[in-house]
Amino acid sequence: MSNRYVFMYASVMVVVVALVLSSAATLLRPLQDRNMRIEKMQNILSTIGIEAHRNEAIELFEEYIKETKVLNYQGEEIDGDAFEVDLQDENRKPLEERQLPLFIADVDDELFYIVPIRGNGLWGAIWGYLSFYEDLVTIAGANFDHASETPGLGAEIADPPFENQFMGKKIFDEEGGFKPVTVVKGGAPDDDPHAVDAISGGTITSNGVTDMLRNGLKVYLPYFEKQKTIL
Amino acid sequence: MSEKNTAPKETLFSPKNRKLLTEPIGKENPITVQVLGICSVLAITVQLEASLVMAISVVAVMGSANVIISLLRHGIPPRIRIIVQLTVIASLVVLVDQILKAFLYDVSRQLSVFVGLIITNCIIMGRLEAFALSNKVWPSFLDGIGNAAGYGSILLLLAAIRELLGSGTLMGYQVIPNFIYQIGYEDNGLMILPPMALITVGIIIWVHRHRDRSLVDVS
Repeated sequence: MSNRYVFMYASVMVVVVALVLSSAATLLRPLQDRNMRIEKMQNILSTIGIEAHRNEAIELFEEYIKETKVLNYQGEEIDGDAFEVDLQDENRKPLEERQLPLFIADVDDELFYIVPIRGNGLWGAIWGYLSFYEDLVTIAGANFDHASETPGLGAEIADPPFENQFMGKKIFDEEGGFKPVTVVKGGAPDDDPHAVDAISGGTITSNGVTDMLRNGLKVYLPYFEKQKTIL
Repeated sequence: MSEKNTAPKETLFSPKNRKLLTEPIGKENPITVQVLGICSVLAITVQLEASLVMAISVVAVMGSANVIISLLRHGIPPRIRIIVQLTVIASLVVLVDQILKAFLYDVSRQLSVFVGLIITNCIIMGRLEAFALSNKVWPSFLDGIGNAAGYGSILLLLAAIRELLGSGTLMGYQVIPNFIYQIGYEDNGLMILPPMALITVGIIIWVHRHRDRSLVDVS
């Protein structure tokens, strides 16, 4: 078989494969996007203690999330759809231009404020949602996820044993100064409201969570301060 | 080929063809006898549901890959045959991955990278190289399905054992009744970790060899 034949064969094969795969990807895109939106709703709901099944996530989300807002860096409400804001894009922008999504949930007349956060782990992005009680000091729940952390080590930030540690922790100290929760290697003291245990073997991911909490919450401080004076 | 004048036309499920389908499930099992594709076996057998989807995915990929390569076998330039095989497998795996993401999102999250890693499953390329490249379409199809079923059957067996002993459930439903827990039974947490998968595979291989003495290497 001549070189010419080999080249022709390879070229035709590549074109055929490209056509098949790109049409499959285009056709399935809407379904995949829908799945990802549902997952986002499930994650947000889980921070307020509601475990929604895929089929009911949309309904429950509409039922409990009574208000969504987009804020700017000064804590003022601006136009936009909070659910559609992609933190990956926002974190690249200068602070003045960022859109900060905020979800407000109402569970049996108790208000929860839910903010998304995003940062870096060891291998790739990590992100999550934190819900606060009405005092905007105490964490009600946390949900984390990751793109590619090591299974069994860093990836455990997405498991309930790690996430549940955040319940009841505080992000302001007694005097009202900003003091986010840190992930402590070697174990956090039980009575420390600003620390949780790190994951053994997942130090860089754990530090990533600490940074993500500090950086992600910092931008919401103007809004939190403002909201607290109203209360 | 001299087949035409010597052999009478073979039926679809002649004994020879049936053997292609059944041998890999028993005597020629890719996992317990050839010890191929172990990596994914250890990783995704924590739960039966994920294993079932993985097994079906591998059956689909392997059946189709064997058929495609067998159809193309006279045209594939020998110098780039490995590249062609890889391209066919990789395309099929990407397709399966996209379909899972669209229709079985939760399971696809659970299987995560392992769907993509079907590409590197040595069983598939081994069968393309050793069988599909030099056989007709129908036998190649049977061979692909048979080997994938051999892989899948071990996957399911292992997942059933691990999920039952590790979580007390099967397909996510509780099967160990509550009163057994009340009298002090506990799920074995070690079962859901990879090391126990390796040990369980070892036990399966042991049992398999014990029952079929011809597999024992006496040299």
